[in-house]
Amino acid sequence: MPSTTELLKISTQVRRDIIRMTHGAASGHPGGSLGCADFITTLYFGIMKPDPKNFTMDGIGEDLFFLSNGHLSPLWYSVLGRYGYFDYHELGTFRMLNTRLQGHPSVHEKLPGIRVASGSLGQGLSVSIGAALSKKLNRDPHHVFCLMGDGELEEGQNWEAAMFAASHKVDNLIAIVDDNGKQIDGPVKKVINIGDLKAKFEAFGWLVIRMNGNDIADIREKMLLAKVASGKGKPVMVLMKTIMGFGVDFMLDNHEWHGVAPNDEQAEKALNQLEETLGDY
Amino acid sequence: MVEFTNTGSKDTRSGFGEALLELGKLNPDVVALCADLTGSMKMDAFAKTFPERFFQVGIAEANMMCIAAGMTIGGKIPFTGTFANFSTGRVYDQIRQSIAYSGKNVKICASHAGVTLGEDGATHQILEDLGLMKMLPGMTVINTCDFNQTKAATLAIAKYIGPVYLRFGRPKVPNFTPAAAEFEIGKAILLNEGSDVSIFATGHLVWKALEAGKMLEKIGIHAEIINIHTIKPLDRETIIASISKTHCVVTAEEHMMNGGMGDSIAQLLVRDNPLPMEMVAVNDQFGQSGKPEELMEKYGLEAANIVKAAQKVISRKK
Repeated sequence: MPSTTELLKISTQVRRDIIRMTHGAASGHPGGSLGCADFITTLYFGIMKPDPKNFTMDGIGEDLFFLSNGHLSPLWYSVLGRYGYFDYHELGTFRMLNTRLQGHPSVHEKLPGIRVASGSLGQGLSVSIGAALSKKLNRDPHHVFCLMGDGELEEGQNWEAAMFAASHKVDNLIAIVDDNGKQIDGPVKKVINIGDLKAKFEAFGWLVIRMNGNDIADIREKMLLAKVASGKGKPVMVLMKTIMGFGVDFMLDNHEWHGVAPNDEQAEKALNQLEETLGDY
Repeated sequence: MVEFTNTGSKDTRSGFGEALLELGKLNPDVVALCADLTGSMKMDAFAKTFPERFFQVGIAEANMMCIAAGMTIGGKIPFTGTFANFSTGRVYDQIRQSIAYSGKNVKICASHAGVTLGEDGATHQILEDLGLMKMLPGMTVINTCDFNQTKAATLAIAKYIGPVYLRFGRPKVPNFTPAAAEFEIGKAILLNEGSDVSIFATGHLVWKALEAGKMLEKIGIHAEIINIHTIKPLDRETIIASISKTHCVVTAEEHMMNGGMGDSIAQLLVRDNPLPMEMVAVNDQFGQSGKPEELMEKYGLEAANIVKAAQKVISRKK
């Protein structure tokens, strides 16, 4: 596994990509993308390590990742590009006409690395369960990871999925909730108080782990722990504390940066805080 | 008029159930999911024979559709089973994003479509499902007419790669499709050749159209009767060949007029060859409780309605 310093170098470049992509498209969702940059970077480069050169839809013999909160697309695309699924210079086409990098992830344009469309919230956990069941039937011992937003848990389908996963012992599934406490209209607690997630998921029959999603060392440790905890009859839920906009001071912990792109001046200010570690696209 | 024999009335859903069991034996990648309607969907034989490939999802159709989408990743061929209402309207966005837009090889199998669901009433009698499904890019939409055709269609869609909506129903209806007839997706079936009017029927209305054909024959009208089992993709060639001969059209379906099979054929007509046309379908209203046969009569879905419509379009011919 790459060192924490090496992973931080990558996630810093990923954060630059997110700023440049959303600025270039004059749209997109930088806040949550910045918040989860350390996690998705560490997941691909340190935990899953899938083969980017031989992408198949079926993904047999490797770990799979599903992004249920599809609006984190700039982050996911950046990691996929930097990891080698496609030439990262394509990141510059984000949200442009005829791009493979659609506003929200799709398989329609055949971008390697993506296996289902997401963006309309609340569907990814169910899809991940399906993929995990398929792995079990195929006697494929790999894991299925699914990232969801905390606000996204307001969609009722997640709780159908949560019940199913425990009831059917889908224990090769590791779900992660981005617990940044923010959604478009404000703090999650104020919009709809989703309450004690640990108690809720435990009551639903999941094994729950807490993690700091803005601390790469903690992500490595807890994701490895999640893998060890899997396979014991229970699905695993990682409650990941992150700070929206992490890495850019004026976006930090501010729900107003959920779905607003930085303008020229803001982009410049943000990029000044993020070192170009691997070369811009 | 070609004579069609009812070899014994059966429900179309049982044709689905039999084929699903057969598919389980034929193809180890076939899996089935059901939302707490295993008996009604006739999926119990599959569930009993292949417990490791049967997934009881409970009353959670949205979850079922997306689990099915996920199971295709890894090469499985999921067949979902619930009523037509819960297979479409209830889960439209799940089908749209995770199945249709994502191009997933899911077979959405829907029973109890239309008013012939009967006594449970309008909450369960969907008449909009064909329209909802045919609007989705890439979705194949099939509505079978009897037990044998439903069985053959179920076997056929397992071989086809891509999302499919297969619609069938609850009541026992005449079974007349030859048991050995292979089901060809998108290929309409010419049941009776005629020169005066083209009757395009789908689902339970196909038998009614055959009855109407006999009644028309008695008054000297030779109806061409075609089974449009695949609403999408529509068999343009067969339809155009028939209407260029008869110059007038009647469509018949247990569905809302808006968005149904007749609607698809009307689109084809106005673009290709505008001709007098009548639609036997439900016109902008919800169903209600009652016995299936009472409801078919109440909503104008009987052979007599097809006969009237045929006479009307013939009179409109120039």
